Amino acid sequence: MRRFDQVVYYLRESPMLGAGTLLILFIVLFGTLGPVFVDTDMAQPLSTTPRMAPSWEHPFGTDDAGRDLLAVMVVGVPLTMRVGLLAGAVGLGFGIFLGFTSGYLGGTFDTVVRGFVDTLLTVPGLVVLISIASTIREEISVNIMAMVVASLAWMWPTRVIRAQVLTMRERAYVQMAKLNGMSDTEIIWKELFPNLLPYLAALFANAVNWAILSSIGLEALGLGPQNDPTIGMTIYWAITFSALIRGMWWWWAIPIFFIGLVFVGLLLISAGLDELANPKQRKAV
Amino acid sequence: MNWNYIVRRVSLFLVVVWAAASVNFFVPRLGTGRDPIREKLGQLAASGGLRQDGIEAMVKAYQAKFGLDRPLYEQYWNFLADTVRLDLGYSLANYPARVGDLIGNAMPWTIGLMVISVLIGFAIGTLMGALSAWPGSPRWVRGMAVPLMTMSAIPPYLLGLIVLYILGLKLKLFPLSGGYSPGMLAIASVDYYIDVVHHSILPALAIVLQAVGFWALGMRGMMVTTSGEDYIALAEANGLRNRTIFLRFGLRNAMLPQFTALGLSLANVVAGQVIVEVIFAYPGIGTVLFQAIQASDYTVINGVVLILIMAIGLVTMIMDFLYPLLDPRISHRSGT
Amino acid sequence: MSGVNTGSRGAISAEDLSMSETREVMLDIQGLEVHFETRRGIARAVNDVDLQLYKGERFGLVGESGSGKTTMILALLRMIKTPGFIAGGRAVFDDGTDLLRLSPEEVRENRLRRVAMVPQGAMNSLNPVMRIGQQITLTMREHGEEGTKVEFQDRVAQLLDQVGLKPEVAQLYPHELSGGMKQRACIAQAISLSPRLILADEPTSALDVVVQRQIMQTLRQLQLQLDATVLLVGHDMGLMAQFAERVGIMYGGKLVEVGAVADVFRNPQHPYTQLLISSIPSFERRGTFKGIPGVGLSLLDSPTGCLFHPRCPQAMERCSRDEPGLTQLGPGQHVSCLLYEKDESHATSA
Ligand SMILES: Nc1ncnc2c1ncn2[C@@H]1O[C@H](COP(=O)(O)OP(=O)(O)O)[C@@H](O)[C@H]1O
Ligand SMILES: [Mg+2]
Repeated sequence: MRRFDQVVYYLRESPMLGAGTLLILFIVLFGTLGPVFVDTDMAQPLSTTPRMAPSWEHPFGTDDAGRDLLAVMVVGVPLTMRVGLLAGAVGLGFGIFLGFTSGYLGGTFDTVVRGFVDTLLTVPGLVVLISIASTIREEISVNIMAMVVASLAWMWPTRVIRAQVLTMRERAYVQMAKLNGMSDTEIIWKELFPNLLPYLAALFANAVNWAILSSIGLEALGLGPQNDPTIGMTIYWAITFSALIRGMWWWWAIPIFFIGLVFVGLLLISAGLDELANPKQRKAV
Repeated sequence: MNWNYIVRRVSLFLVVVWAAASVNFFVPRLGTGRDPIREKLGQLAASGGLRQDGIEAMVKAYQAKFGLDRPLYEQYWNFLADTVRLDLGYSLANYPARVGDLIGNAMPWTIGLMVISVLIGFAIGTLMGALSAWPGSPRWVRGMAVPLMTMSAIPPYLLGLIVLYILGLKLKLFPLSGGYSPGMLAIASVDYYIDVVHHSILPALAIVLQAVGFWALGMRGMMVTTSGEDYIALAEANGLRNRTIFLRFGLRNAMLPQFTALGLSLANVVAGQVIVEVIFAYPGIGTVLFQAIQASDYTVINGVVLILIMAIGLVTMIMDFLYPLLDPRISHRSGT
Repeated sequence: MSGVNTGSRGAISAEDLSMSETREVMLDIQGLEVHFETRRGIARAVNDVDLQLYKGERFGLVGESGSGKTTMILALLRMIKTPGFIAGGRAVFDDGTDLLRLSPEEVRENRLRRVAMVPQGAMNSLNPVMRIGQQITLTMREHGEEGTKVEFQDRVAQLLDQVGLKPEVAQLYPHELSGGMKQRACIAQAISLSPRLILADEPTSALDVVVQRQIMQTLRQLQLQLDATVLLVGHDMGLMAQFAERVGIMYGGKLVEVGAVADVFRNPQHPYTQLLISSIPSFERRGTFKGIPGVGLSLLDSPTGCLFHPRCPQAMERCSRDEPGLTQLGPGQHVSCLLYEKDESHATSA
C-alpha cells in the first residue's frame, strides 16, 4: 500500500511522468488486448484484399500484399516493444555492472573502461549496426535484432552510472558505511544502488528509446526480420513500394502514429524521472 | 593546448578508425565463418553476364589478397594496408565503379545537406530552448516546451514522410525526390543551384524539425540551471539590460554543454540523415548505402561505414580542439 | 499592523533627526512590507520596517537566518521575484526619489548608479566566460557610460587599484582568481559608477578569516572615499562590531532594535537582542551566533501581538495581544518591545 501511495505521489509531482506512463500503458494494452478483438492472422500477406483505404471493415486499411494494417499493428507494436525492452534491459544490465564496478573500484580498470566507452560513444552506432546486420541479414529475427542493438546500448548507461557512482562514493554515507565495516559489494548493493534507482529508471527508458530508434532505423533500411511485421518493417515496405506517391497514406501514417506514441511516451517518462532525480531542475516554468 | 594533448587526441582518432576497419574485417568472418564478399563474387561469377571479364579479374585480385588459402593475419594485414591507402576496392554490384568514386560523388550532397540543416537546427533549437526556460520570456514561449519535446522524440525520417506528404504531395510546393530535376544539366549555373536548393528544402526541413526539438530540449535543461546562477542575479542587480543578461550571461554559458553534446550526437545525426536521404532519394551517402544494402554490395557497405566513422571521428576531434576557444576554463593543459 | 503605536512612531523619526546632530538622512524607509505568496498563505518576510540610513554611514543588519535581511536588500534593489512582492511602504532618497515607485527602466538605471550590491557568494558571481575587465566595462557601458577602449581600460585599472588589485587582473578570467580576488573584483564593479548606497549581503561569509578582514577593510576605505552609505548584512558579530557604526536587529521580518553599535552590543535592550548577544562566545563578542533556544518563527502562522513572545523569557500576558511599536530609549537607540512602552500598568509585571 505504501508503495502504491509513493507511485501516486510521483505521478502527481511530475505530470510528465504521469502522461508518459499513460501513453506506454495504452501501447501495452493495445498489444495485449488487441489479439482478443482482432484476428492476428490478417497480419499475414494475402489474407485480404490489398490496397484498401481505411473503412469500417479495415479501420487502418490494407497494404499492397493484402495485410490488414490493424492486425499488423496489433502484432507489430508488441514485437517492436520487445526489441526495445530486451535490448534496453541487456544494455542497462551491462551498463550497471560496468558502471558500478568501474566507478566504485576506480584505478586502472576505471581508466580503461572510461576511455573505451568515450571512444565508442563517438562512433555512429547505427552505422556499425548496419555493417553487422547486413552480413547476417538472412538470419535476423526479432530476438537477434534485439541482441544486435543491445551490443551498442550499454555505453551510455555505463558512462552515466559511473559518473553518478563517482560522486556518491565521495559522499558521507558511503564513507560511513566503510567505517561500519561493510564490504564493497554490500556498499554497492545496499547504499549506492537504492540511491540511484530513479536515475536507473530514467536510463532504462532512454536505453529502450535508443534501442527502438535503432531497430526501426535498421528496419527502415530493410535490415530487419523479413518475416515479422514489426513497425519498422512496415515502414520499410511502405517506402519500398512507394506508398507515399501512390496516395496510400495509411500505410505509412499509421505505423508512424504508433511509433510516435511510443517515443513520446518514453521521452516523457525519462524526462519525468530525471525531474524527480534532479530536484534542482524541477518546476522550471 | 599543447603537443602532448594533440598527439593523444590524434592517436585516439587513429584508434577509432583502426577499430572501425577491424570491425568491417572481422564481423563478417566471425559469426558464420563465411565471407559474404566471396559468396557474392561466387554468385556473380556463376551467373555470368555482361562483364564477365571484369568479374573474373576481380575474383582473382580478391583471391590474391583474401583467399582462403591465406592465413587470417595476412588477409587482415592486406585489408589494413588497403584501408590506409583509402583503397576501398570495386563495387560488387556496379563493376567497374570504384567504391571510393561512388562515395566521393555522393559526399558533397550529404555534407551540404547535413551542414546546413544541422547548423540551422542547432541555432534555432538552442535559441528556442533557451527562451523556453528564461524566466523573463512571455508565457507562450515558455509553453513551447511541450511541442518541442514531441518533435525531438520522433526520428527525422518519420517527420520526413509527413512533410513530404503535406508540402510535397498535397501542396506541391517542393519536388518529391532527388537532388535535382532529371533533365537538369549538372553544371554550375544559377538555375542549377536554385534547383538543387529547391530539392533540398524538404529533406533539410525533416532534419531541422527534429534537430530543433532535440537541441531545444537539451538547452532548456541547461538554461534552467544557468538562470539560477549567482552571476545572473548579480548582472541583474548591476542593472544590465535584460537582453544582455540573456545573451551574454545566460545563453552564452548554457550553450557550452550544447557544443559537447553536438560532438556526441553527431553520430546520431548522421544515422538519421542516412535514412532521410533514402526516403527522399537524395543522391547522398545514405542512398548509396541503401542501394548497396539492397544489392548486397558488401564492399560499398563497408566503405560507407568506414568513411562515415572516419568523418565523424575527424569532426569530433576538430571540435575538441576548438572547444577551449569557447570555454576559457578548459585549456587542454593537464590532460583534462 | 500599526494600530497600537502610530503616534509614537511619527514622533520618533522627527526626534531622531534632531538627535543625530550633523547626520543627514539619505534614505528614509517607511513601513516596508514584502510578502511571499505560498501554498499555505502569505508570509510577511519584511514586516512594517521603518529605517533611516544616514549619508555616509555604515549600518549593519543582524538577525537569524530567515529573518528577512536578504529580502529587505532585494526590495531596495527591486529584485523581489514571484511569489514575492512589495506590498507597501516607501524608500525615499534625499532628492525625493522613491525607490519603490520607479518605472522598470528607472529601476534598471537606478541599480549600480545609485544603489549597488556586493554579492554574497563571490565564488560564482562573475560570468565565467568574460574577462574581469570586459565585465566591468560592459556593466558601465550598459549604464550609458561612453568612451574609447583605452579610456575604459584606464577606468578599469583605476577601479581595480581602488580595491587593491593589480591592473593585469583585468585580463584574467574569474576561474583564474582566488575567492578574495573575485570578491574584490565584484566590489570594483559595484563602485564603478560611484553609488550612494552599497548593499553588502554577507559579503565575506564564503571566505576565510584573514581574507574577510582585508575585504572589510577595503570596503571601509572605499566607503570613506566615496562618502557612500553601506548597508552590511552579516552573521559575524565581531566583524559587524568592527565595521558598523549603527546596527539593526531583525526578527521575523521586523526590525526589533536599532542603535549605535556600542550601545546595542554592550547594552542590548530587546529580550531577543539580549539572548542573541549572550549566545555568542562572549570573548570580545566574536564569532557567529548559533541562534537561540526555542522553536524558530514560522512566518505563515505567526503569533498575535509581539512576534517574539512565544520564545521570550520576559513575556507578559499583554505581549500576545498588543503589537509593540518603536520606543526610543537613548539617543538614536530604538527598541520594539512592550517592556519599554509607556503603558506602565502592564510593563511592571516583568
Ligand atoms: N522564494 C521565496 N518563497 C517563499 N518565501 C520566501 C522566498 N524567499 C524568501 N522567503 C521568505 O522570506 C523569509 C526571509 O528570507 P531571507 O530574506 O532570505 O532571510 P535572511 O536573509 O535574513 O536569512 C524566509 O523566512 C522565507 O519565509
Ligand atoms: Mg540571507
